[in-house]
Amino acid sequence: MSNKLNHSMSLATPDAQDISTKQKIALAIGLIGLFILVLALFNVNFPNKGLFLTLSLGLITIGTVVYSRDAYLTKVKGIKNDGVWFKSISSRGAWGWAVGVILTIFYIVLYFYPQYLGLGKNGEANTGLISLFDPLSNLLSGRSASQWFVYGTLYTVAIFAFGYKFILKYRHNRYEQIRTISVMFFQLAFAFLIPEFMYRMNSNLPYYDLKSVWPLNYYIFDEWSVKGFLSNGNIGLALIIFGILSVFVITPILTYKFGKRWYCSWVCGCGGLAETAGDSFRQLSSKKMSAWKLERWLIHVVLVFSIVMTVGMVYTYLDNDGTKYWLTKGVFISIVIGFLTLVFAAVLYFKGKELGKDAKYGAIGFFVIVGLLLVMHFTGTTDEIFFIKGRKLRSAYGLYIGSIFSGVIGTGFYPILGSRSWCRFGCPMAAILGFQQRLFSKFRITTNGGQCISCGNCSNSCEMGIDVRAYAQKGENIVRSSCVGCGVCSAVCPRGVLKLENDSLEGRINPTEILLGNDVDLMNLVNKK
Amino acid sequence: MEHIVIIGNGISGISLARHVRKNSDKKITVISAETDYFFSRTALMYVYMGHMKFEHTQPYENWFWKKNRIDLLKGFVTKVDHENKTLLLNNSKSFSYDKLVIATGSKPNKFGWPGQDLKGVQGLYSKQDLDDLEANAPNNKVCKRAVIVGGGLIGIEMAEMLRSRNIPVTFLVREDSFWNGVLPSGESKMINEHILEHHIDLRLSTNLDKILADENGKARAVVIKETGEEIACDVVGLTAGVSPNIDFLKDSGIELSRGVKVNRFLETNIKDIYAIGDCAEQHEAIGSRRPIEAVWYTGRMMGETLAQTICGNPTEYKPGHWFNSAKFLDIEYQTYGWVFAGGPARKEYEEHFHWRHPKEKICVTIAFNKDTKEFLGINTFGIRMRHEVFDRWLTEKQDVDYVINNLEKANFDPEFYKHFEKDILSAYKNNLQTA
Ligand SMILES: Cc1cc2nc3c(=O)[nH]c(=O)nc-3n(C[C@H](O)[C@H](O)[C@H](O)COP(=O)(O)OP(=O)(O)OC[C@H]3O[C@@H](n4cnc5c(N)ncnc54)[C@H](O)[C@@H]3O)c2cc1C
Ligand code: SF4
Ligand code: SF4
Repeated sequence: MSNKLNHSMSLATPDAQDISTKQKIALAIGLIGLFILVLALFNVNFPNKGLFLTLSLGLITIGTVVYSRDAYLTKVKGIKNDGVWFKSISSRGAWGWAVGVILTIFYIVLYFYPQYLGLGKNGEANTGLISLFDPLSNLLSGRSASQWFVYGTLYTVAIFAFGYKFILKYRHNRYEQIRTISVMFFQLAFAFLIPEFMYRMNSNLPYYDLKSVWPLNYYIFDEWSVKGFLSNGNIGLALIIFGILSVFVITPILTYKFGKRWYCSWVCGCGGLAETAGDSFRQLSSKKMSAWKLERWLIHVVLVFSIVMTVGMVYTYLDNDGTKYWLTKGVFISIVIGFLTLVFAAVLYFKGKELGKDAKYGAIGFFVIVGLLLVMHFTGTTDEIFFIKGRKLRSAYGLYIGSIFSGVIGTGFYPILGSRSWCRFGCPMAAILGFQQRLFSKFRITTNGGQCISCGNCSNSCEMGIDVRAYAQKGENIVRSSCVGCGVCSAVCPRGVLKLENDSLEGRINPTEILLGNDVDLMNLVNKK
Repeated sequence: MEHIVIIGNGISGISLARHVRKNSDKKITVISAETDYFFSRTALMYVYMGHMKFEHTQPYENWFWKKNRIDLLKGFVTKVDHENKTLLLNNSKSFSYDKLVIATGSKPNKFGWPGQDLKGVQGLYSKQDLDDLEANAPNNKVCKRAVIVGGGLIGIEMAEMLRSRNIPVTFLVREDSFWNGVLPSGESKMINEHILEHHIDLRLSTNLDKILADENGKARAVVIKETGEEIACDVVGLTAGVSPNIDFLKDSGIELSRGVKVNRFLETNIKDIYAIGDCAEQHEAIGSRRPIEAVWYTGRMMGETLAQTICGNPTEYKPGHWFNSAKFLDIEYQTYGWVFAGGPARKEYEEHFHWRHPKEKICVTIAFNKDTKEFLGINTFGIRMRHEVFDRWLTEKQDVDYVINNLEKANFDPEFYKHFEKDILSAYKNNLQTA
């Protein structure tokens, strides 16, 4: 039952709201910047590459900046969602599909056919688009660009330009602003610059984005990576220790104190792109119960896959002989199973009741992993696990999860599935953080007594597809493993019903039948039973 | 199995149906002429503004009703025959009930203005009104100007909606400041300023005289009573309040006044017939409340309460402390307890402390008893407050000093927001010295 049948073909506005001349000029400036990249892609050989690269990225940024300023600063500050469901691009109209297709093709080429972007094979010089980025790459790390450098640069520019737009859009909301500055910083410093500088200092170190934690960073414990670190003396050792600490110490502590948002919407690069460039698409995520069910299966299957795959990879390069090094295959498998059992037992002991039916699914997951690990241990050889080459399993994961799911579907489908489909359905890191957020964290979204009017703005804006209203209209706090704490539900609520906060564990989950404001005796009678 | 029939699928009827289902196995039928499924009336504006699609205003997925065995029936009840315990649907079909609940909500007020039924003249209450507005005012080419008559909550929402499509809006307000029958003057003034900030042509102390038609019977202009000025327009929004939607009950034998008369158990004068929500009128007002409470929350609370009675636990409607909220364009408003602008409701002991931010559109008014210092209520604009905390303070009958000194505990703004408790406290102290 669409209230509005004719989707406007206009990129930026609904038919009722004409785009200003200034915005048209801004759009044109940005498109010229993009066009330079397209020309480079089609092998136009620019004379002064550094200049044209600067020009291109500069124009894209300036276009976005001018556009955003005119769109937001000319209006009174407040919620700026007028027309999002009318605009073709943000409501799965023709423009939305077009952008989706272009992005998807870009990802497919990037991952599988980098030669079309101009990647020089076997040490040959780059051509095309990639060669345009050579000057910048040389400046930063002293080597020529790769497809990943091009991608990283564009990614960073996108987070900055659209991050600026987001900051203006939410200029009345300091939580949104500070959070966005944070993702911009982590993208620029940790994902983009530091790895390049690290290469400059020590070119043998594997690429390491310090903020990318296993299992999102699924290759950190691969043989080449670990060997790469260990052959680089103290700094390498420090880095790998930091990698292990991030998984087992830093992450749990921060998630306990702040919820998974400290990572997903303050630090993470995938989250950073989703929150900035993906912001226009957040309303497209499905809020259906069926989508939630799919989410829970899919994300946990990926988690099991990533754990088994990582353990399998480490397993293949360990020895059987304990005299050379204490960490043998057997010891390693025992440690892993021991650790998982400990976690599982602790959860059941402390939270079994709260989990109810979900405990069963948890148990299934646990036994599947342990079973798989045991099968692996008793059937595996030095390079075969589950009767296939370990490397194959690893590359299957890299292909299906690391590339197709997180890149092609996760980002390419922004205009179709919403901005966080990878974070929601696929990210194993989100699964682990979410599990902890649900069970051992001070974070929740507090519902403000009986103030909800069931309008649905919150659910509509939730990029993770959480039906926030379903909780708010019952006066119940939102404690959901998938919530990334973006805070937009709280921002758009017209009645001030939602507040993200870290508070004591007591009363965090508060199912109620009758909301605050009604008869006190009735509330006591019904809610306490 | 007892058959509970509910007329009206709004918040009151649906809250009742859900709670009856939770507490019993009775057969439940909900009848409505408006839409197939329950939707949130409060969200109609966001559909026109393009923030949401209409289906997003439906708080439950379509499978919910079958799963919970709540039968939905689309049709208009034209008559109630309580002797035979039957209803007449669409003047044709008869339908029987064991217990009947009237939850038919409101309809927009029309005060007999000449031209009030012309094409292009409409209220904003139902889904049909939304569809009409989409047809009457799709953009600023079809609708070159809209005039809104009536400065209340729905009027300002309608102005905001039309402005989202860049349609020029003239806003006729009878009072000399926006909604000042409810809002104390400082607040009302601030909202006046904000309305102007949104380029809405606000006309205070201005009444509608009549609406003029063009040759096709469509509104073409309004005439102002005070000045005789003619304002050309394509759409006229009538938003001068609402009244109970109970015309179909006229000769039913059910006691009516403005609304359906009910006692504290929400029972009408006829056994097994109840009324809840906007259309119910208490014989005697409860505390400082009005006999007819046309807000979302009270509809829900009446539904929650009546479900108990119907399921064998007779329960009086005994609402707790008053609260409400709204949004005026970009300014959020919340209220807890009672802050009266004036009139008979404001007792001579009610004193106000008002604080307004020097630059931002943020302000707070605290009402207290000047003799006993008891805290009576608070209005906040641009600051979110915790319902639970104010509810507790009102129950504890805290004094105003305590409330102002502890205001921070009640703050509900998002993290990292600027806090103003210190400014409010020092303004309060200064006030005491000068007073
Ligand atoms: C635009 C707008 C914004 C609002 N915003 C707020 C807000 O922010 N906060 C707030 O507290 N309140 C708000 N309100 C008021 C609030 O929506 C109402 O108080 C509430 O919806 C009333 O609920 P109800 O269940 O009593 O009736 P309704 O929601 O009106 O439902 C009654 C239903 O019964 C149907 N019906 C009537 N007669 C018959 C019949 N004879 N046969 C069959 N069906 C019939 C009607 O078509 C309707 O669907 C707003 C109202 C409007 C119009
Ligand atoms: S529930 Fe709110 S804070 Fe959490 S992800 Fe959804 S919109 Fe963001
Ligand atoms: S929590 Fe706020 S945004 Fe969500 S449904 Fe309730 S009132 Fe609307």
